[in-house]
Amino acid sequence: MSEVATRRISYSQALNEALSEEMERDPSVLMLGEDVAAPGGVFGVTKGLYEKFGENRVLDTPISEEAMVGAALGASLLGVPTVTEIMFGDFVTLAMDQLVNQAAKFHYMTGGRTSAPMVVRMVTGTAGATAAQHSQSLESWFTHTPGLKVVTASTPYEAKGLLKSAIRDPDPVMFFEHKLLYNSKGDVPEGEYTLPLGEGAVVREGTDVTVVAYLNMLPKVLQAAKKLDREGISVEVWNPRSLVPFDRAGLERTLSKTGRLVIVHEAPRRSGFGAEIAAIAAEEYFDSLKAPICRLGGANTPIPYAPEMENRVIPGVENIIEAVRQTLR
Amino acid sequence: MPNNNLQNYNPEFLARLYHDMVLIRRFEERASELRNAGHIPGFLHPYIGQEAVAVGICAALGKNDFIASTHRGHGHILARGGEPKHMFAELYARQDGYNRAKGGSLHIANIELGIIGANGIVGGGIPLVVGAALAIKRANEADYPGTEKCAGGVSVVFFGDGASNEGSFHESLNLAALWKLPVIFVCENNLYGEFTSQEKHQTIKDIASRSSSYNMTGLIADGNDVLDVFHVMTTAVDNARKGNGPTLLECKTYRHRGHYEGDMAHYRPKEEVEFWMAKDPIDNFGKRLMEGSLMKKEDFQTVEDEIEKTLVDAAEFAGQSPHPDPEEALENVFVESYEGRALL
Repeated sequence: MSEVATRRISYSQALNEALSEEMERDPSVLMLGEDVAAPGGVFGVTKGLYEKFGENRVLDTPISEEAMVGAALGASLLGVPTVTEIMFGDFVTLAMDQLVNQAAKFHYMTGGRTSAPMVVRMVTGTAGATAAQHSQSLESWFTHTPGLKVVTASTPYEAKGLLKSAIRDPDPVMFFEHKLLYNSKGDVPEGEYTLPLGEGAVVREGTDVTVVAYLNMLPKVLQAAKKLDREGISVEVWNPRSLVPFDRAGLERTLSKTGRLVIVHEAPRRSGFGAEIAAIAAEEYFDSLKAPICRLGGANTPIPYAPEMENRVIPGVENIIEAVRQTLR
Repeated sequence: MPNNNLQNYNPEFLARLYHDMVLIRRFEERASELRNAGHIPGFLHPYIGQEAVAVGICAALGKNDFIASTHRGHGHILARGGEPKHMFAELYARQDGYNRAKGGSLHIANIELGIIGANGIVGGGIPLVVGAALAIKRANEADYPGTEKCAGGVSVVFFGDGASNEGSFHESLNLAALWKLPVIFVCENNLYGEFTSQEKHQTIKDIASRSSSYNMTGLIADGNDVLDVFHVMTTAVDNARKGNGPTLLECKTYRHRGHYEGDMAHYRPKEEVEFWMAKDPIDNFGKRLMEGSLMKKEDFQTVEDEIEKTLVDAAEFAGQSPHPDPEEALENVFVESYEGRALL
């Protein structure tokens, strides 16, 4: 991006700009959610949009996730793209029929004769003592439902570029944002840009080991990589950006360079998306691998309340460093 | 304002109502035969007995209006203009089916005909029409490509007494009332949620009474009287188009057969079945048309003959339609650029 003029903005500002620009570009786009209008969303992402686009386009809903997501789908089937905010991702369980049985399947079960251009923004992850029903990382549920695209935004640059692409995408997109990232800052280009779904990115170049990470594990992995650098271990950090579609070629490129793979996510390790990435690497790029793959995930427990227990069940910088060292042993 | 008096209607309109009800009945009977003969691989939920509801409701709709249907959806789709040949082709699981053989009975949809789709999930279609109404509202306000297809429209969802116990029903009624959306919630109360009678699954008799919880108009129609359904529906549609918000319209009716084809429905008392059989919507409307000198005996035969020919041709069309290539199973997971096979 050296040629492009940039601005430093927060992750939540980046999301806000994406929403604002896309609603301006396409007068049919509607936004729905709990407290998204005048209150601007519980994390402030939709601030100012109600004032800018009015009550006909920024719709505060009752606390009715099923009707909210179903209505978003119904509108999208008639050609009105929608963006729905699930206030805490955990509440998506209340809308699962509309996502899993309806949205994911409409295009397929009508033989390609309908489409559902809808985005569901999921506020996800631990944020310090938010406990078991406000902290989960549920992305792998949706990767297991064919028909849904699954996107994660880890930086302001990604948040803006990926959300704009998701809104323009003709399919249902589950868009994961992490609570602890909303205030993080980063550079975004001054002008209009989008980032394609299905293209990962090398976030930090290295030669000894590839660490795959997204959402709030990405900054932790970058911290770990810095520390490991001092030990003479060169870590490449690769961020898939979207889990469905998944950038196999990107994974292959980094693996053919490093030959070692560590995957880190906050979601429980068991059946987490890391298992899928590990399987792709083992099945398709086995010849590139010099060491066993290591998966680092959340403990297979609900998220506890006490901060010291919460830290125990989510991978930390030290766990990442240890995993990398092990892979190199 | 139309009402229940035959003399207030155009004879051609009345003949069309009769025709459409017979078409649904014969379609369902034929579908059952074709399934028994091994032509239809999936299962069927026959609409027989409820024809007056689909026909009376859809007769009050125009081209920019949308319906969402249920697992018992063939009647709604036919009444909304679905073509028997593409429906049979779908049931046969052939390429010329409405859904290219990917949906079957439970999922027939065609947005161009205003059919958002049948639905395999009880109550699953209810939130979808709230969204369709949002799209209609947006089309009424803004200018973007496609608004001409739904501007000024209303959206309608069919569901049963069983679905009125689902959360989706309550959430959707609240939302539609809150936003004053042009939705008509049509409850076909056929007295059974699958194999369970209404008195065993809810404490109320009139589902329309649930409208009061949402400060919404609730209306009841005789679901076995096509003109009564049409009359009450017209009131609801007028209100919706005027911006007066949604209506919960309950049609009291009865399914003549079991929950699905093959269910002998032994759970129903004989007297109850006999009572409702005597209220057959087609027989009774036919009698009224005869008494009103609007149709003669030979006219009924003409309707039967014409429908017989349509259905014979439709079944032949379905039988000749190619089977899908199994590889097509991997297509249409996403709209573009990604094929199911290589995609995670």
